[in-house]
Amino acid sequence: MTDTLVSLPPDPILERRELVQQRAAKTLGRRTLLSRVFIAMLVAALVLAIVPLGSLIFALIQRGISSISWNFLHTLPTQPSLIDQNAIGGIGNAIEGTVIIDGLAGLVAIPIAVLLGLYLSESASRAANFLRAIIEIMTGLPSILLGVFAYEYVVVPMKTFSGMAGIVALAVLMVPLIAKASELAFRGVPSTLREAGLALGARSSRVSRGVILPAALPGVITGVLLSLARAMGETAPLLLVIGASGDWTWSPLKQMSALPLLAYNYSGSQYPSQRAAAWGVALTLVVLVMFLSLGSRLVAARMRKERR
Amino acid sequence: MNSLETEHSDAKSEVAERIRLSATSDRPYRWLLRGTALFFGAVIVVFVWSVLHTAWPAIRQFGFHLVTGRTWVPGTGPYGALPLLIDTVLTTFIALIIAVPVGLASSLALLYIVPRKIRGFGAALVELLAAVPSVVYGLWGIWYLIPWLTKTLQPFLAGITGSHWPFGGPHEGFSVLLAGLVLSIMILPTIVAISRDVISVVPSDLVEGGLSLGATRSQVFTRVVLPSARTGIFGAIALGAGRALGETIAVAMVIGSNPQIPHSLFSTGATLASTIATEFGEATGSTGSALAALALMLMIITAAVNAGARLLTRKAKAGL
Repeated sequence: MTDTLVSLPPDPILERRELVQQRAAKTLGRRTLLSRVFIAMLVAALVLAIVPLGSLIFALIQRGISSISWNFLHTLPTQPSLIDQNAIGGIGNAIEGTVIIDGLAGLVAIPIAVLLGLYLSESASRAANFLRAIIEIMTGLPSILLGVFAYEYVVVPMKTFSGMAGIVALAVLMVPLIAKASELAFRGVPSTLREAGLALGARSSRVSRGVILPAALPGVITGVLLSLARAMGETAPLLLVIGASGDWTWSPLKQMSALPLLAYNYSGSQYPSQRAAAWGVALTLVVLVMFLSLGSRLVAARMRKERR
Repeated sequence: MNSLETEHSDAKSEVAERIRLSATSDRPYRWLLRGTALFFGAVIVVFVWSVLHTAWPAIRQFGFHLVTGRTWVPGTGPYGALPLLIDTVLTTFIALIIAVPVGLASSLALLYIVPRKIRGFGAALVELLAAVPSVVYGLWGIWYLIPWLTKTLQPFLAGITGSHWPFGGPHEGFSVLLAGLVLSIMILPTIVAISRDVISVVPSDLVEGGLSLGATRSQVFTRVVLPSARTGIFGAIALGAGRALGETIAVAMVIGSNPQIPHSLFSTGATLASTIATEFGEATGSTGSALAALALMLMIITAAVNAGARLLTRKAKAGL
């Protein structure tokens, strides 16, 4: 037995292993060095990524705070002139416009989007799959396209720019975002809960309302708040449709002012005072947006905790 | 029949009745859901139709020249979108060339290298920045990148290449390169967030297997981690590209709104989206229609890129 083994040619696998080991040992120094360099490059890239982003946050806070005052937040804008170039006034009506446009768009979008989310989570028909794909693609479309849409179907028939057109554009922007988030939340509810409800004799409408919706509520609310945050920062659709207003406008049928649009207009102003004030507008906007997106996390976390 | 039995049979029939009801009276609910889906489907159709319909006069009048024409003059025409298409692709390309390597490296660093504490901080920072409105990025570009570009980067690069393409020529501040840089910073959070997601689902067995065979960390990254997350990474890149192609306000703020084929990376330009944003306000008649044609091109391009991105990210999640 042993004799036959000895007479066999040397095992190719063993030979190969030895070769590999030798090479690995020989190249170890070089490979370790290369790896160190590579890892240093990764860390350098991380730093490179953080520097501009950190600079942006720092600039926003520093320049924003220096142009924000109580007056700035609650008064109306004034037009700077050659005589008084610093007369920029406040942004009160832009805050008001943003809250009204975003809020009403949310009110329109939420019921539609939540029902749409329910439909998508309960249905596996071909139509539902198609709609789901279209909705996913819509979340990635440039928002300015919705401006063109709202212009054609709201501004043109009404013959005037209006907050309403902005509400329509932002609502259509928000529905796919909220629907996607709530579909995920509804799908995350264990099917045993639904089945238990149905087994007790409840209608599926009752199960949806009494079981699925409450169980998925944290996810739905997170989706809603994040979409509100996203819509609040949108400038492009508003630029095409809401016009401009220097006054408090409580009726969405009239032209309105909004923070992102004001920041955009101020940034290209001929007056240095307005260009500087653009940072104040931007900071106010970012604070509102962060309020919503951090709020969504808090809500979700708290509700999850209460469940347990 | 005693009263107890009567009660019992009553209860039974009530249950039967309820079961019958729950089967039938659920119809309103079903129809409510279907109706909502149908309604929003109709909204989408109307949305696409509105763009098509507004663009139609320009398409009929100018035909394919809208895509291939080399000059774009707002107000009077001719309306040739080739310069806009070139600038759109060029700015996106610049953004990707910078953001993809930096973003991938950052997500590898965040996942495998930096201490756990920084990891959470990095993730929070990324999410925070993804929520910052684009007008803020544009503002930052105007105030911070323009001085850096004019005082440092352009003289340095022009010193290397002389007055030739791609870095020569005068630089007034706004430029295609500036727009590309701003875009790269804007899509960085997207790319980091998504590539981190897809890299984090690479099985740790593979990583540990590689390390135990004696591979160094860089070898494991380049030969194990990145290849197995490949599909998802392409998805992340495509999503970033989609965002860059369609970004409107930040680009409109920094590119100079000058529809021309750039003779240098430091020359001004205009993208599809930025042109719609800056010219729509004054547009009348045929310009409005030509702008809607730009919107149509933008819609087709971004829808295609996004559909590809979704396919890739979904495939990546299903494959692992």
